[in-house]
Amino acid sequence: MVYQADVSDIKPENKDEIMRGVKGVIERRINALGVTESTVEIQKQEGEYNIVIQIPGIADIEKAKEMVGLFTVLEFREQDEAGNWTPAIGMVTVNGEEKELFLSSRYFKENTYVDVQTARPLLLFEMDETGAQLFKQISTRLIGKHLAIFLGDEPLRGEDGHIIAPEVRAVIEDRGQIEGLSLVDAQDLSRVLNAGRIDVPLGRWVEGEFEPSVPLYERTVDATLGQDSIRKSIMAAVIGIVLLAVFMLAYYRLPGLVACLSLGIYGVVLLAIFKLVPVTLTLPGLAGFILSLGMAVDANVLIFERTKEELRGERSLGAAVEAGFNRAWTAIRDSNVTTFIACIVLFWLGGELGALMVRGFALTLFIGVALSMFTAIVITRTFLRLIIGSGVGKNLAAYGVTSVPTKRET
Amino acid sequence: MIDFVGKQRWFFLISWILVVIGIISLVISQIQIKSPLQLGIDFTGGTSMILQFSPAVEQSQLREEMAKLGYDEARIQGAGEGNFIIYTREITSAEARELADELGVELDSQVEIIDYYLVSGTVAAETARNAVIAVIIAAVAMLFYIVWAFRRMPKPFRWGTCAIIALIHDVFIIVGIFSILGWLAGVAIDALFITGLLAVVGYSINNTVVVFDRIRENVSRHIRPNFAEIVNDSLIETLGRCLNTALTTFFVLLALFLFGGATIYYFVLVLLLGVVIGTYSSICISSQLLVVWEKREWRTLLPFAKRTA
Repeated sequence: MVYQADVSDIKPENKDEIMRGVKGVIERRINALGVTESTVEIQKQEGEYNIVIQIPGIADIEKAKEMVGLFTVLEFREQDEAGNWTPAIGMVTVNGEEKELFLSSRYFKENTYVDVQTARPLLLFEMDETGAQLFKQISTRLIGKHLAIFLGDEPLRGEDGHIIAPEVRAVIEDRGQIEGLSLVDAQDLSRVLNAGRIDVPLGRWVEGEFEPSVPLYERTVDATLGQDSIRKSIMAAVIGIVLLAVFMLAYYRLPGLVACLSLGIYGVVLLAIFKLVPVTLTLPGLAGFILSLGMAVDANVLIFERTKEELRGERSLGAAVEAGFNRAWTAIRDSNVTTFIACIVLFWLGGELGALMVRGFALTLFIGVALSMFTAIVITRTFLRLIIGSGVGKNLAAYGVTSVPTKRET
Repeated sequence: MIDFVGKQRWFFLISWILVVIGIISLVISQIQIKSPLQLGIDFTGGTSMILQFSPAVEQSQLREEMAKLGYDEARIQGAGEGNFIIYTREITSAEARELADELGVELDSQVEIIDYYLVSGTVAAETARNAVIAVIIAAVAMLFYIVWAFRRMPKPFRWGTCAIIALIHDVFIIVGIFSILGWLAGVAIDALFITGLLAVVGYSINNTVVVFDRIRENVSRHIRPNFAEIVNDSLIETLGRCLNTALTTFFVLLALFLFGGATIYYFVLVLLLGVVIGTYSSICISSQLLVVWEKREWRTLLPFAKRTA
């Protein structure tokens, strides 16, 4: 989807910075979960700015538009003596700098809602730091007067066609309420206020008129990787996994087979989880997946190596397997907990700092490692116990132990 | 019996050589192209255009032709009905016209430029910087966990520090290699490079913790009085596991590297290097640092320093 930005109200030297801010707002809106890894891009040509938004994994353009939300900025205006509506202006200090700003929806936190518990609907809102300073000045000045809400040069009107212009009854700072609206009006207003926390309106220009929130054009595009590369990658991954399985079978024999089975289950469950979450498997996600696959194999390898050592120490088969699990556990626990901690920090900071690609990676890795711990400890163990219990495969050669005189289970 | 600890001076020497070459390359690159690493269009921005082909052509054909014409970094997305969105380095509209004409001749199709724009990078400099900050904080958190997990060991802080040093070592060598590839072969790093490094961080720390776990176990069993010998025993005992895990992961990655196609080529290369270097560093760097710290033989760290008696 491509939107044009209405930057006519912005000083040229600030444009780049403001557009970067807008990009951040959109990224945060789409990536509430941080797993879609959308790309948001600024196109610039002769002082005009476009924003290009790509959301992978969503073929329905209407749904994509819903995720992106609206891009309107509402302005609050007061009436001067002649009866004209003029922007409500105040002086505030932002980052130690004194600025003259006008009150608009960009200073409203995105948690405006309508309280329907009361007899008449109440619209409740909160302001950010700048907004609180601004609203305090303006409301102090305007007590007993009205504030209208403008979209562009048009005031918002209620269902009955009247201008929505609530009277200021008290000094408003960081939170406030609007009463006396009809339910529909209150809900509409809360929706646009929530969407209005953006610095420039986005939409499209049609013959000199600006239509907010309507994309310039929209289309569904293929993945960056392209069908050809995806097919190649899948083929390659299959070859790699077959190699892995052959290696595990050749080296660990019977336990290797068990490992392949439990890794198979691991793969299926992981894909099911990705389908449920829903994680769009982009390349950073793929990196997390491969790494977690490596760690899943690792957990099995750790256990088998330990079991082998115990078998060489002439333990009985059953005891060796149990000891192998118990003694591999600390290594599996500590290495995986370290990974979990890294994932949690990356996921959290990735969101806070706006490094979203870090988030997708951290989430897939976390899910993958958690599941790999489960398959190694529970599934592999259950299989091995079953096999030992059933009395099949008592020959130690099946466990890849040949260096000591074979000792049968007693 | 392999004497890993006895060869530690060689390991440190190898690592120093790799790290120093990396630093030199970063500096050379900074002077030559004003950036320590060759940055891709994800970071620098470039041109975005939509080409319309009639009759329609295959995406793979287009990708091949673009590569032949010297636009191998281009990212191509099909947009249906013979339309393709192409992202590539910054080119003028005249160059774009020329490219479209050449593509038309080569692919035997009418080519229209529907759209032509200069775009910002999808990864802003601050995003990349923030990713680095996130990794540093994650490293500190891991350090604390390792210190806690090894709290029963004498001086647990050492274990965490050595693991983190090995991690920095791994990341540094890979960045160095890509810097060299940058000015030798024009390999540019993209957003995926950062993700690849994240995976390397995860792999490196995981490997080190497994080796440390075995050292911890052997220390608490008091089988040998000498710490260096305990470390060496532990390395031999975990060698099978380290190599097997590395090999299995390596197989999957190698297959992706050889057959996965050009788009993920360098991404997989980062992961491949990470597996090799991560395995090497947990055996030859982090564990050896523990021994050096225990003996306080700091001179061993320096290449060419005289052997202490």
